[in-house]
Amino acid sequence: MNPRILLESRDLVKRFGGITATDHVTFSLPEGARHALIGPNGAGKTTFINLLSGVLTPTSGEIFLDGVNVTHWSARKRAHAGLARTFQINQLFADLTPIETLMLTIAERENAGAAWWRPVGARTDFVDEAVALLAQLGISDIAHHRVGELAYGKQRLLEIAVALAQKPKVLLLDEPAAGVPEHEREQILDVVAALPKDVALILIEHDMHLVFRFAKSISVLVNGGLFVEGTPEEIANDPRVRQVYLGEEEVHV
Amino acid sequence: MSNITSPSPEAIRARAVLLGRSRWGVAEIIFWVLAFACYWLFPTKLSLLSEIAILGLVALSVDLVLGYAGIVTLGQGAFFGIGAYAAGIAAKHGMGTTLWSDPVIGLFIGGGAAAVIGFATSFLVLRGSDMTRLMVTLGVALIVDEVVNQMKWLTGGSDGLQGVLPSAVLGIWEFDLFGRVAFVYSMVVLFVLFVIARALVKSPFGLSLQAIKGNMLRTRAIGMPVNARLVAVYTVAAFYAGVAGALAAQTTQFASPDYVAFHRSADAMLMLVFGGAGHLYGGLLGSIIFRTMQDVLGNITPQYWQFWLGVTLVALVLFVRGGILGLLDNMLAAWRRKGGAS
Amino acid sequence: MLTILLDGIAYGMLLFILAVGLCVTLGLMNFINLAHGTFAMAGGYLTITLMQKAGVPFLLCLPAAFIFAAVLGLVLERTLYRHLYDKTHLDQVLFSIGLVFISIAMVDYAYGANQQIVNLPEYLTGRFSFLGASIGVYRVFVIAICGLLVVSLQLVLTMTRFGSRLRAAVDDGRVARGMGIDVTRIFAVTFAVGSGLAGLGGALGTGIISFDPTFPLKYMIYFLIVISVGGTTTITGPFLAAILLGVADVAGKYYVPAVGGFIIYTIMVVVLIVRPQGLFARAAAK
Repeated sequence: MNPRILLESRDLVKRFGGITATDHVTFSLPEGARHALIGPNGAGKTTFINLLSGVLTPTSGEIFLDGVNVTHWSARKRAHAGLARTFQINQLFADLTPIETLMLTIAERENAGAAWWRPVGARTDFVDEAVALLAQLGISDIAHHRVGELAYGKQRLLEIAVALAQKPKVLLLDEPAAGVPEHEREQILDVVAALPKDVALILIEHDMHLVFRFAKSISVLVNGGLFVEGTPEEIANDPRVRQVYLGEEEVHV
Repeated sequence: MSNITSPSPEAIRARAVLLGRSRWGVAEIIFWVLAFACYWLFPTKLSLLSEIAILGLVALSVDLVLGYAGIVTLGQGAFFGIGAYAAGIAAKHGMGTTLWSDPVIGLFIGGGAAAVIGFATSFLVLRGSDMTRLMVTLGVALIVDEVVNQMKWLTGGSDGLQGVLPSAVLGIWEFDLFGRVAFVYSMVVLFVLFVIARALVKSPFGLSLQAIKGNMLRTRAIGMPVNARLVAVYTVAAFYAGVAGALAAQTTQFASPDYVAFHRSADAMLMLVFGGAGHLYGGLLGSIIFRTMQDVLGNITPQYWQFWLGVTLVALVLFVRGGILGLLDNMLAAWRRKGGAS
Repeated sequence: MLTILLDGIAYGMLLFILAVGLCVTLGLMNFINLAHGTFAMAGGYLTITLMQKAGVPFLLCLPAAFIFAAVLGLVLERTLYRHLYDKTHLDQVLFSIGLVFISIAMVDYAYGANQQIVNLPEYLTGRFSFLGASIGVYRVFVIAICGLLVVSLQLVLTMTRFGSRLRAAVDDGRVARGMGIDVTRIFAVTFAVGSGLAGLGGALGTGIISFDPTFPLKYMIYFLIVISVGGTTTITGPFLAAILLGVADVAGKYYVPAVGGFIIYTIMVVVLIVRPQGLFARAAAK
């Protein structure tokens, strides 16, 4: 049986004035995918992710989430429908604690975020889930610290935890290890490795070690357009890809 | 749903920490006991204390939108004025005898009128930058001011609304000359609304407001209906300011154009700034400081008060690191480190 | 009707001269200065004092008001304002409100709360007939002076080096600094000139509008409307907006006095909702 396609873009275009940031990208993401999106700087990877998640509206083309046309849906509506993403630079709530952040996310997922008559913490099932998720990500020790005061690596783990708390069908990770000091990277890589099998994952990455460790399929984006797609072996051995990356990084398998 | 039958130690600790934040602290209880005790502690100053309670309620409403949701507004005073005139007109209409004059009903009329206008104008604060919000809310406040002054047939224009006759509170307590009933009435209303506001900010709803203030982009990315939350808190805050206005009209038995003047919005902001935004008690503390200072300094000459108010504002903004809200955040951090009620 | 139109244009041009400094300040440093009206008030009260107490001829009061207000602006900018450029808009608003309170209190204490009356010189009073309409001499005088100022401003902006540096700095401060343009000095000069113009406007305004200590608050909203509707990226935008506002206000108060006052506020709110950057502004990517 063909796997279910959870995220799809058809002929997606985004223009800013005279610049075409996304150039007729047709792309599909099946259930359980481990897909990497790579390309030289300025290739339009983040723009494409912003289009998929709803932060930007496309100039033309369509986007489908689990078969539903979400092209004109807001970011919040898509999030509610099962699409979660992390950001290249941490987008967290500096004055909240990790546990409060996760409680918030879980509550929104369960449509209980507007409850004004009971205190935060009364829903013990939410608390238990948040605690478990923090443990899973290895950040239980800082559960009650102010997010603004946490080390960058811990914040990065929380950034992923928030996306996981949404129990998404599709997860877009934008350079999860970016800016994280060497000694804290392993933790992030372990988290990525342990992601639920039924979640479809798109990973934007510059670090080829990460890409080849996790990806089962890769798309190469150049100047906003899909340059080539394939398995890691195919991409690694493709001379055109090496040319595109000339001067940037060596492609290892 | 968890598939563990009993929660882990971390979960138990987490529940305790979270719920602990919403428990009433000792300082809070002392504050309210003292506040109500003023009835016996300062029996000759009850009118002034009623005013402080009313102003505190307005400052509380600004705290909800500015301190918690991060909406920058210069128009909260307009809701105060709307509430005052709505309740005043109702009481006048009731002539002290019919239901229109009932004070508690008047509170709902005043608060309700303000809430309706608040809801109708809430979309104005959803778009644009902070600067746009400041200008738009200022514009609305000035429109309300002008409208109230122009509708002489209804509001009495610049002469003010005469003949505001509220009947007895709950049919039992008539407003007396010494301001005793007015004081207890205002304090009870303030306390009830405060308790509700407190529950609100400690709830998931309140947490979502703080998240919106902190990072609106991320709140949308996790599926939160941000606009709905902002409209809700803006409307609730308008209701609170409207109730404060109604209290003012009922306890002074008068409604004047001063109630819709711009300085009401500015004063409420100042009180919150003096006391500290984002703590709920900041507005109350600020109103005590503000109104007491005004009473003391204003007795020398009216200009004296305005002058020193201006100087205090300028000094606060200039010499406090990170601006006024920066000081408040530092205070909050220090407060949290001491484990205080927040 | 021509009378109303000319009255409105005179009022509008006066508003423009009063507000132009604020427009440039906002566009240049993104600073909300609600205290701008105090410079106008300073010019107006200086004129009143000079004429009433020292018998100085009216025409001399005009440049005096400009210089006085400009110096005041420069001093305040260098000592107080420059510390606030990096603070939040709310802080800036609170600061300028504080300044307004201080100035109102000082003027109230010195001059009392009553409206001040100015006796214009003989040759500027009276009316004459033109195209069948009765037109005030003073109104024409105001239009003439303001028109001259507008033209000079536009010439300075487009023809001088200072003007082009100013336009660059308004367009993009970061890039301008990167090009070596001393944005801070430009701002100090612009702030002083803008305040001076406000003072001059205040002096001119003594013949048309009433002066009492609450002037900065009363007229603050007019300035804000000029900026909201006109935008902050050009001076033609605010100019057109001011004329529109002047005519709308005068005509409104004459034809429909009951609602005349708040038509203009409603216009501002509507414009801000629909086009947050102003009706006449270039669609700037800000």
